[in-house]
Amino acid sequence: MSEPATLVCDIENPVTPYLREERLPHIWCPGCGIGTTVNCFARALTESAMNLDKVAIVSGIGCTGRVAGYMNLDSFHTTHGRAIPFATGLKLANPDLKVVVYSGDGDLSAIGGNHLIHAARRNMDLMVVCVNNFTYGMTGGQVAPTTPLGATQTTMPYGNFENPFNLPFLADACGAVYVARWTVYHVKQLAKAMLEGLRKKGFVFIEAMAPCPTLYSRRNRLGDGVDQLKYYKEKSKVVNGADTKDVGLTFQGDITVGKFVDRDRPTWLDAMNEHYIQHFGEKYVPYGVSHGQD
Amino acid sequence: MSDGEQVKKGKGTVFVKPEVCKGCSYCIDFCPAHCLEFSREFNRKGYHYPVLGRPEDCTGCDLCGLYCPDFAIFGMRFKDIEQRRQAAAVPPPVPAGS
Repeated sequence: MSEPATLVCDIENPVTPYLREERLPHIWCPGCGIGTTVNCFARALTESAMNLDKVAIVSGIGCTGRVAGYMNLDSFHTTHGRAIPFATGLKLANPDLKVVVYSGDGDLSAIGGNHLIHAARRNMDLMVVCVNNFTYGMTGGQVAPTTPLGATQTTMPYGNFENPFNLPFLADACGAVYVARWTVYHVKQLAKAMLEGLRKKGFVFIEAMAPCPTLYSRRNRLGDGVDQLKYYKEKSKVVNGADTKDVGLTFQGDITVGKFVDRDRPTWLDAMNEHYIQHFGEKYVPYGVSHGQD
Repeated sequence: MSDGEQVKKGKGTVFVKPEVCKGCSYCIDFCPAHCLEFSREFNRKGYHYPVLGRPEDCTGCDLCGLYCPDFAIFGMRFKDIEQRRQAAAVPPPVPAGS
């Protein structure tokens, strides 16, 4: 060809600066949606034009917990379910940081469920991305608190009979200031929601539905990852501002996606500063006023 | 690195890293212009990777790049490529290792 090969190679993938290239290819299965959410997150970081030294990413255990290891940011891979407590401490010790918690549904809502509701109640200034694949992928497909009724899993061979969590409703009821749900099919919207989440002050909860072709889809005979994406495309309905009570998920049923909640509440640090200024007046020196929103 | 670079038709092209592709076919199924298809060859792990089957239809919209879970493909418009090369050509060109 007229052009030498080096000219082709000088153009690199726009997300490469956000990844630890030496750790790729990653361990996620072919057809898994977690990589796509990471891609969206990298695009959101590009668009936000944030100083990457001021962004930290924390994740728990599980397939999604690997994200902290693949992102080229300050990151920490915590013990199971304890991503939010670690992130809370990180945020309070260094209020200039923007702390992102990136974890799976089992890690955030089962093992770390208590931490999720209390961080939302306190309105801790965190962005929580919950990649929901309806199962425990890394340990072999056990029933998760998000597994819909009737879905077959390794620990429920005759179908699940436990009522699942409606995660946006949970986060909304506990007081999150931004709640959205998108699927891996809605990549542009997911990237935009992550961008808005990075700019929002307070507890941001974004649920990203992702296919798990190896365990969830295979046990339920739902085909490949791409078949799940086609199901998302067919059955999802965008209702921005929908009542989170009505957005529960059923097995292969309709999906309501969109931005459900966007409101303003004082964050934990704001509330603390305000409270102590009322009590102590001039003597009190406010702590961490910039909140990483530079 | 790329297959799309060879023919300059359409408005853009895609760049593929075959060795990290896992053949999930997200890019092929959701390409708005339906211009990608599976390669006939395998990569080292035994997957078929995407190639630009109809380069004249590619707009370089980069939706494949947004869908790809393995960061193996991305699209770009020709004018952006030219711009990037000109920007990169100002300092003496360094042989890029990929």
